[in-house]
Amino acid sequence: MSDLVVTLLGKYNYWLCVILMMIGLYAMIAKNNLIKKLVGMNIFQTSIILFYVSIGCKKGATISILEHGAGHHGVDPTHYINPLPHVLMLTAIVVSVSTFGVALALAIKVYRKHKTLEEDEILMQLRSE
Amino acid sequence: MIWELDLAILILVIVAAIGVIQVKDLLGCAILFSAYSFLMCLLWAIMGAVDVAFTEASVGAGVSTVFFVAAVFRTTRRTKD
Amino acid sequence: MKAIGLIIVVLAGALLLYSTQDFPFWGDPASPAGTHTATYYLTKAFEETSVPNVVTAVLADYRGFDTMFETGVIFCAGLGCFVLLRLSRSRDEDSYYRHVATGITLHIKSAKIPDVSSEFERIDTLWTPYDLIVKTVCRLLAPFVQLFGLYVIAHGHHSPGGGFQGGVILGASVILIAISHNMRTAIGRISEKTIHILMAVGVLLYSGIGALCILLGGNFLDYASLSRILFTNEIEARSLGILGVEVGVGITVMAVMITIYNNLSSDGRLDEGL
Repeated sequence: MSDLVVTLLGKYNYWLCVILMMIGLYAMIAKNNLIKKLVGMNIFQTSIILFYVSIGCKKGATISILEHGAGHHGVDPTHYINPLPHVLMLTAIVVSVSTFGVALALAIKVYRKHKTLEEDEILMQLRSE
Repeated sequence: MIWELDLAILILVIVAAIGVIQVKDLLGCAILFSAYSFLMCLLWAIMGAVDVAFTEASVGAGVSTVFFVAAVFRTTRRTKD
Repeated sequence: MKAIGLIIVVLAGALLLYSTQDFPFWGDPASPAGTHTATYYLTKAFEETSVPNVVTAVLADYRGFDTMFETGVIFCAGLGCFVLLRLSRSRDEDSYYRHVATGITLHIKSAKIPDVSSEFERIDTLWTPYDLIVKTVCRLLAPFVQLFGLYVIAHGHHSPGGGFQGGVILGASVILIAISHNMRTAIGRISEKTIHILMAVGVLLYSGIGALCILLGGNFLDYASLSRILFTNEIEARSLGILGVEVGVGITVMAVMITIYNNLSSDGRLDEGL
């Protein structure tokens, strides 16, 4: 019984992260509106960033900015959170917003031509041409 | 990291994500997505990723919402699902 | 489509949930991710670069290539937005002018009043009067937002922050002016040409610092070799090199955020905005 509780407490973060990822994937596959698909993509991205940050998390440690004077006489790495996932994900967020901007620009161009953002209506217009 | 707080905010994040993809109005979708980003930022601040949380607060909840609203303003609010 | 999507999602989700059983527990100090290079960065970063914020040190120094190409990706995104919307716009012949003193609107076909006229301001069809309170508050707030952005870039060595966050905050201050007044005012403050030059200058500054390191006899982005022209020891030179590339990143991010906003909100015509 206590084994189950330990597993539950240790893993629930990853499980909820997978659920969030699947919500994003479902929106990308099943939604009809182009902007809804983009939002799904963004949810997927943020859930992956959440996953990376969860990996870097360390129990009983503080944020990865060294205390004043701590650097001069040896740093104990177990006192600080792993900074590597943070570095990788920090750039990923800014890149994700710029790709979101480009994707919205494409959506505006599609709307300019077809006067709709619904996937099935665009397909119908393309077939009738 | 405080796991009770983490769990509560994770559940709120999932509720917000479901809300974002289910709402039938793109402007509402933009605002809900902003709330989703801000909750995500809180989650990262709890996990000690202060730099990532700061970036998300300025980018995800700030500028990306403005882009979204601008795109909705230039296209349409209507959506079927 | 919905049923197929649901089946795919459930299958993929089940597979991923199954794979989590091999993971270390959440927050485990002995997890493999936190024991190899991360330990090196935490113990050596301050000795080698004199930057207390390990995230900044790793971002701009140890993983400088990564950040440089991410900056390149952001630059390409700004360029892509510009090409998609601005270059393919349909030029409309009509222009609208508003006489400032009386509020009378003129609709002129295929002609323009010279821009030097201070009695008329150019508007477009969606023009509505602006709220005085919002206008004044946003104009007063913008310099403080910019000051905070500069602080975030410059103080990234000692506190959370750096080029990416500071650049976004600086860009947001210009977007604030564009929303509270109109986009013509914001473009009058910082023109389209300036923004495009700044976009390239940021990337050039980053890669230029890297190239300077080669010229001074080191490797690409090896800031220790900058110590010969900065008249400091190698550790201080690395810290200053990090500041230089952070400024480059900040400039590019600011310019890209402004250009994406301008093109998206005006559909590439750069007239009125939101």
